[in-house]
Amino acid sequence: MTASPAPELGSLAGIAASVRAGERSARAVLAVSLDRVRELEGDLHCFNEVTVEAAEADADAVDRLVRSGLDPGPLAGVPVALKDNLCTVGIPTTCSSKILAGWLPPYDATVVSRLRDAGAVAIGKTNLDEFAMGSSTENSAFGPTRNPWDLGRVPGGSSGGSAAAVAAGMVPLAFGSDTGGSIRQPAALCGIVGVKPTYGVVSRYGLIAFASSLDQIGPFAITVADAALGLEVIAGHDPMDSTSLDRPAPSLLATLDEGVSGLRVGIVADFLSEGSECGDAVVAAAEALAVAGAKVDQVRIPDLLLGLPAYYVIAPAEASSNLSRYDGVRYGLRVDGPDTETMNARTRGEGFGAEVKRRIMMGTYALSAGYYDAYYGQAQKARTLVIRAFEAAYRDFDVLLTPTTPSVAFPFGSKVDDPIEMYMCDLCSIPSSLAGHPAASVPFALSPEGLPIGVQVLAPALGEAVMMRVAASLEAAAPREARGPVSP
Amino acid sequence: MARLARLALDEDEVGRYALQLSAILEHVDAVRRLDTADVPPTAHPFPVENVLRSDTERPSLDREAVLAQAPVAENDRFRVPRIMGEAP
Repeated sequence: MTASPAPELGSLAGIAASVRAGERSARAVLAVSLDRVRELEGDLHCFNEVTVEAAEADADAVDRLVRSGLDPGPLAGVPVALKDNLCTVGIPTTCSSKILAGWLPPYDATVVSRLRDAGAVAIGKTNLDEFAMGSSTENSAFGPTRNPWDLGRVPGGSSGGSAAAVAAGMVPLAFGSDTGGSIRQPAALCGIVGVKPTYGVVSRYGLIAFASSLDQIGPFAITVADAALGLEVIAGHDPMDSTSLDRPAPSLLATLDEGVSGLRVGIVADFLSEGSECGDAVVAAAEALAVAGAKVDQVRIPDLLLGLPAYYVIAPAEASSNLSRYDGVRYGLRVDGPDTETMNARTRGEGFGAEVKRRIMMGTYALSAGYYDAYYGQAQKARTLVIRAFEAAYRDFDVLLTPTTPSVAFPFGSKVDDPIEMYMCDLCSIPSSLAGHPAASVPFALSPEGLPIGVQVLAPALGEAVMMRVAASLEAAAPREARGPVSP
Repeated sequence: MARLARLALDEDEVGRYALQLSAILEHVDAVRRLDTADVPPTAHPFPVENVLRSDTERPSLDREAVLAQAPVAENDRFRVPRIMGEAP
C-alpha cells in the first residue's frame, strides 16, 4: 500500500460558486484537472480518450457566459468524466470494445446535454469492462484501469475508469452506468461515493444498452453532497426514454443534513459472512447510525440471495438481444465474408471480447426454444420474489444496510479465469437492481492492508432523499482516511 | 449456441466456453429448480405503459452523418455482402 492523501479539487458547489462569481475561470479549474490527468494517466489508464480541445472550448464558453453576466448553471466550470458508453457527438464512444472502436455517435446522451447545460466541462471518456460486462475493467479491449489505492489491484467495474479518475483527484465528479453494481462496486473499491438511482429517474437515452430493464446512469464523487448535486442535475423526465419516470428530479441537497433520528435501519444479516472485514464495516456503520438516533435492527431476507442467479440469466438474455445490433452493417467493425451471415459471425467473433461472447451465448441459450421457461421464465419469477422480499422488509424499515462488495479490491488476474468468482462480486448489489430501487455506496472503513471498504445503503423506489441522508450520516461518522482522493 | 448468436469461434474457444457455460448453468440452477407455481414473472421493475407522442414532423438523424459511420455505404445505402443464394 503506497497511496497517500491527494489535494482536493474542492466541493462542486465551491468550484461552481467561484466560477459563477468570476473569482476563478473555468479554464483555470480545467487546467488543474488536466495537470492531474497528465501526472497520473500513465499509471492508471482511466481514460479511453481525453478530449482536451473540446474541454477547453466548453470551459471558454462557460467563462464567456460569466463575463456576459449570465449564469452557466449549478456545475459551472466543474470538470467531469463520462463513462465511454455514453454517446457524445463527434467524440469516439467505444464501450471499450473493438467492435465500436472509433465510432462517432450522431447524437449526445441526454445526460451529456444536461451536464453541459449545467455548466459542467467534460474532459474525456473513461474506461470500462467491454459493454459494461465485468467487475474489474479487465474486460476492456484497451487494457485495464488500475486502482489508485494500489496499482496492483483492480478498481472494480464495470465503471472502473470513472471511479479511479475521481479517486485519484483527476475530476471531482464522474458518471457511470450500473446494471448489477457497476457504479457501486467500483465506488467501494476506490473509496468514493457512488449512487445508482431508482430505475427511470435518469434518462437512458444515449446510454449504449446492456440490459435495458436494469441499466441506470449515476454519479461518482468524493462526498455525498457532491454525488447528490450530480444526480440532481442529470435526473428528471425525458421524453426520449420511454421508461423515464414522468416526475421532476428528486430534491436531495435540501434534506441532506436532516440526520437519521427515528429512522428504522435494517442490517441485512444474509450478507454478513463470519469474519468478513466488509461485514464488520456494516455492523460498525449501523452502530454509528444508532448513536445518531436511528433505530437499528438485523433482518433476514433470504430471498435476496435469489438475486445473483436470476440476474445472471436476465442480464445476459437482455444483452444477447441488445447486442444483436452489432452486425457489421450500420456502424463499427466489419470483417468481410462471402455472404452476410458469415460477415456477421466473423465481425462479432473478432469484435467482441471473451466475457461479452460468454454472456451473449448464455443469454441466447436462456431465451432459446425449449429452455426459455426453465431459465428466462423462472428468472423473471425469481425477480418477482426478490421484489416481494424487499416489499416485506420495507414495511419494517426505512433503509437497509449491506456491504457493497463481499471483499476489498482484488489483485489483477485473480478472478479473470473464473466467471462465477467474478460474478460473486455483485452478490450484494444485484437485488436492488432487479427491484429497480436506488442504492448508494459510501466509503466507511479501511481494511488492515489499507484498502477502502464501502457500505451500501438501500431504499425503496424513489427513496433517494432518505437514502442520501443516511449516506451523509455515515460519511460524517467515517474516518477521513477511508476515502479519496489519493495519490498512488 | 454460437451459430444462433452469429459468433464465429475457433476450436479453443468452443472448448473453453462449453466448460464455462456449463459451470454458469450449474450456478443458475437454483432459479430453474425454484417452486414458482403462483408467482407472476417480472419483465420490468415498474408497471410501464405505452408512451405516445403527437404525430408531428421533426428532423431525424442526418443521413450523411449516419452513413459516414457505416463500414461500407453506397448510393445513400448500407452495402452488405450477398444475402442467401442470389446471383453475385
